Amino acid sequence: MLKIKDLHAKIDGKEILRGINLEVKAGEIHAIMGPNGSGKSTLAAVLTGNEAFEVNEGAVEFNGQDLLDMAPEDRAREGLFLSFQYPVEIPGVSMTNFMRTALNEQKKHKGEDPLSASDFLKLMRDRKKLVDIDSDLTNRSVNEGFSGGEKKKNEIFQMAMLDPKLAILDETDSGLDIDALRIVANGVNKLKRSDNATILITHYQRLLDYIEPDYVHVLYKGRIVKSAGKELARELEEKGYDWIKKEFEE
Amino acid sequence: MATEQDKLLEEVTNREYQYGFHTDIEMDMLPKGLDEEVIKEISRRKKEPEFMLEFRLEAYRNWLKMESPDWAHLKIPPIDFQDMIYYAAPKKKPQLESMDEVDPELRATFDKLGIPLDEQKVLAGVAVDAIIDSVSVKTTFRETLAEKGIIFCSISEAIQEYPDLVKKHLGSVVPPGDNFFAALNSAVFSDGSFVFIPKGVRCPMELSSYFRINAMNTGQFERTLIVAEDDSYVSYLEGCTAPMRDENQLHAAVVEIVALDRAEVKYSTVQNWYPGDKNGKGGIFNFVTKRGICKGDYSKISWTQVETGSAITWKYPSCVLMGDHTVGEFYSVALTNNYQQADTGTKMIHLGKNTRSLIVSKGISAGFSQNSYRGLVKVSKRAENARNFSQCDSLLLGDKCGAHTFPYLEINNNSAKVEHEATTSKIGEDQIFYCNQRGIDTENAVGLIVNGYVKEVINQLPMEFAVEAQKLLQISLEGSVG
Amino acid sequence: MVKIAEQDTSLLNLFNESRNLIEKDASPLVNQWRTKAEEAFRQLGIPSNKVEAYKYTNLQPWFKAQYAYSFSENGYQGKIDEIFKCDVESMESHTVFMVNGKFIPGSNGNVLPQGVVIGSFFELAKKHSHIVEKYYSKIAPVTEDGMVALNTMYATDGIFIHVPAGKVVEKPIQIVNILTGEKDLMVNQRNLIVIEENAQARVLFCDHTLTQSRFVINSVTEAQIDGTSNLDFYNIQNQHNGTIQVGGYYFNQEKQSVLNANYFTLHTGIARNNIFARLGGEHAENHISGLYLIDKNQHVDNFSYINHAVPDCESNELFKGVMDDASTGAFTGRILVAKDAQRTNAYQSNNNLLLTENAKMNTRPQLEIYADDVKCSHGATVGQLDDNALFYLRARGISKEEANILLRFAFAYEVIEKIQMPELKEQIRELVEKRFRGELDKCDSCVVCGQVDKRGLSCV
Repeated sequence: MLKIKDLHAKIDGKEILRGINLEVKAGEIHAIMGPNGSGKSTLAAVLTGNEAFEVNEGAVEFNGQDLLDMAPEDRAREGLFLSFQYPVEIPGVSMTNFMRTALNEQKKHKGEDPLSASDFLKLMRDRKKLVDIDSDLTNRSVNEGFSGGEKKKNEIFQMAMLDPKLAILDETDSGLDIDALRIVANGVNKLKRSDNATILITHYQRLLDYIEPDYVHVLYKGRIVKSAGKELARELEEKGYDWIKKEFEE
Repeated sequence: MATEQDKLLEEVTNREYQYGFHTDIEMDMLPKGLDEEVIKEISRRKKEPEFMLEFRLEAYRNWLKMESPDWAHLKIPPIDFQDMIYYAAPKKKPQLESMDEVDPELRATFDKLGIPLDEQKVLAGVAVDAIIDSVSVKTTFRETLAEKGIIFCSISEAIQEYPDLVKKHLGSVVPPGDNFFAALNSAVFSDGSFVFIPKGVRCPMELSSYFRINAMNTGQFERTLIVAEDDSYVSYLEGCTAPMRDENQLHAAVVEIVALDRAEVKYSTVQNWYPGDKNGKGGIFNFVTKRGICKGDYSKISWTQVETGSAITWKYPSCVLMGDHTVGEFYSVALTNNYQQADTGTKMIHLGKNTRSLIVSKGISAGFSQNSYRGLVKVSKRAENARNFSQCDSLLLGDKCGAHTFPYLEINNNSAKVEHEATTSKIGEDQIFYCNQRGIDTENAVGLIVNGYVKEVINQLPMEFAVEAQKLLQISLEGSVG
Repeated sequence: MVKIAEQDTSLLNLFNESRNLIEKDASPLVNQWRTKAEEAFRQLGIPSNKVEAYKYTNLQPWFKAQYAYSFSENGYQGKIDEIFKCDVESMESHTVFMVNGKFIPGSNGNVLPQGVVIGSFFELAKKHSHIVEKYYSKIAPVTEDGMVALNTMYATDGIFIHVPAGKVVEKPIQIVNILTGEKDLMVNQRNLIVIEENAQARVLFCDHTLTQSRFVINSVTEAQIDGTSNLDFYNIQNQHNGTIQVGGYYFNQEKQSVLNANYFTLHTGIARNNIFARLGGEHAENHISGLYLIDKNQHVDNFSYINHAVPDCESNELFKGVMDDASTGAFTGRILVAKDAQRTNAYQSNNNLLLTENAKMNTRPQLEIYADDVKCSHGATVGQLDDNALFYLRARGISKEEANILLRFAFAYEVIEKIQMPELKEQIRELVEKRFRGELDKCDSCVVCGQVDKRGLSCV
């Protein structure tokens, strides 16, 4: 589904990603871990097309297409979803209107008819139930006045609505209390199918208690320095990142 | 609302000013130019009583002594007041007995504008006064309204039929010598709407005027007078369009509102005069004086305006809060694109005790346009416990346009509380990216955000017009992003 | 067409009659501007309230009275620095005196860093002609403002400060402006401050009146602040009720320079400050604040104009006023963001308290923006002390009067906080408190030091 080859990216002339190689297949869950500043969020930003970053080397293939060549909205319409670490507030734009616009853009892209108002509302009710989200969130403006937990839950709700092929969760667990974390994790688990995939970007192992990854990668100084099964996460939790740093420096 | 929103987004494909057609109707016109003879001729043709002619001549003599105002943040090309026509009316003057007597061309014009003159097809609960080139051609629902004692007719008819009412109120809020453009209007106005709501009556439907400029080289000078007696209520809406022409046309209207004890008047405008083309050629010069007086205690006047049209807009709908416990409100969205210029805002004059005013102004500038908010809050010495809050926000799209805020706060009473806040910002790149990541392209994202930005104001409009206004904003912003 | 009022004509006549006296021994570079200034003044005249910028201060009536005009002497014979002290407690400074707009030789003896020049504009303009040529009348709008034009016609003396590149003047430079004499007097004082690259200085203007005569002061200060340099500027006004002062302060900032300017109007008659700051180099910033505490029938109008001419600059403005009795306050804060001045941050705030039913306030915060990537905001409020806060204090046993003073002081303190010099901050803090307690009106000769002169000379 996703093939990243030797990806280099920089911001303001400073290289943050220094040769990432990663392949994600349908039905898989990958966790990317690493100390602060290792480039985790940069990877998410580059994959979704944030123009603040400049890709200076490498290639990314998404379902057989050159991902780096596509506009951010086309990447989204092709089924790439990012759960933002810091979701942006858009005052005055209601969640309902926002989602309806996004969903119908996706439909248009696929050559399908837009959803009728009643079908849309039905879908929204349905998805809210699926990810266990308060109904009043959707009556408010996009992320405006939301608490940190509400913002993260809202990201998962949007993911449920848009039904992406590949979802990237950028530190969705950070700052969440245990109840909110459970809701987020349940949502992700319920949305998991054999034809979609998920990349979890996280600093801590805690989220992985609820979502079981197939692979765990450690990102350090812009490179994946270690890949293994889920047991790696536990090892990191116990030993911290220092041994990785040491091993890598040597 | 969701379905309407959706429709709105799809209609964005409409690129040009869609009301730019013109209709061939046989017109009765006076020659170009202005002097006392022309004014006498206008008054004669309209078979006006003597007091009206005096009113006009006094205004004209005032006007001769006045100069065009130059304090606004506008570049106004010189206007040759002798090079325009001051009276143009459709030749077949329709009688209002039956729809069949309206010139079919005219009916077609209004159908094209989406304004039904046929009461069978009318929008639910809206009575319309249709005015073309300053002459009222049809007022709907007159009889229904008359049952409640409400008068809704053209001002020419009102002058004939209710001269005492007109004489009492005309010029009482905007005197004939008030300012350059108001004086000109007072001298030459040819038509407009008149509304009278008697004591204790809540007007059961929206009243609305549609203004259409059609003839070439004519100035449009309409005059609206609304009188709301004790304990009455009315909501009034005006819309306006004009053909696309290369030359500029002058529009100088006057609106007066009188609200007596506990009366409430809501006045909404969706202004969509032709704004000129992409290079700033043509378009309407819109110089309008709108003022309401809350004469009676506990009365309220609320102005809502969505300004998207006109090459130049000079307009400050105002409230004189004379009675005690009176309330004035001003909600405005002014959007300028290409080479449009707008200098618009309000005046809140607090005279009575315990008066309140609220100002919410949202400016949006795009292209090469200049958009200014100019507003005065004045608290007189006698106005105990006056309260005002003003919020003036500007949104900039592009780096060739300008957004300006010029508030004036004049406080002469120490029990007043007056607050003014203003911000200027652009749409955040992070907001656009967030929308992009959800599959919404940049142009649609801007549309969504702009509609969110103006929601506070749009919500004040009656439902049908809110949708129309949103559509207008979207269309007016076409091509200004990316 | 602007009509020339009578007094404008007489000021023009006086100028023409006295031109020889004015130009005698003055720098030719200063003299060469006079004709242009005269032409401009002929057009502009003394501003009335018909001029948009002077809408809330009609200056014309104040220039109608007869005033003496002294062209050669300052009208004061004694040794001013011996009888009048204006020291800030425990603050060492380079202090110089100006009497009736003219420089008085002699200083307090502190040694200036090498190359730094402080002295008479009249003398130093001749000596430093390259500086005058470069900056004189280049920063203040001679042809746009009638008052600047008038000043430029008549300008002879004032203060001249030159801090060469890289020099840091650690002790504040204090200029004590004194107005004195038996006759009603008009003064056109002209100051020039040049802070060269990477240099720093602190300049303190203290304005006083010593006799009961009426004074009309029209001063213009031009200040050039070069790249990476730093100017702290303070103006403390403590004059009697018969004073009419128009103070024009024109700053031009180059890249990465920092300007702090603070205006304290503690007592005066009619005051109008024209504060113009042009941010002309990238990453320059300024912080401009003012506090005006007025009563009786005083009138204070602060007109500020911040010009963001280039990208990446920041401006912060805070003006606060307390209007008592039948006083009137006015504020105009114009922020201009020029085309292409992207990434501008401009903030402005004006808050006012009206204490009586006869006090008035007119405020105009204005934004004029031609760039799109900007963060600008302004706010203005006019109101009274918070009743809830007042009640809260009284419920804790504080008397109504004391609570009132406490809250007024709390309101003003935000501006005092902006003062960079601790000694001065402390002094102003005390003065403001005194002012609120009504103790300053009796006047102790000088607001800054609070000393009574032995020979009975005091400001009125």
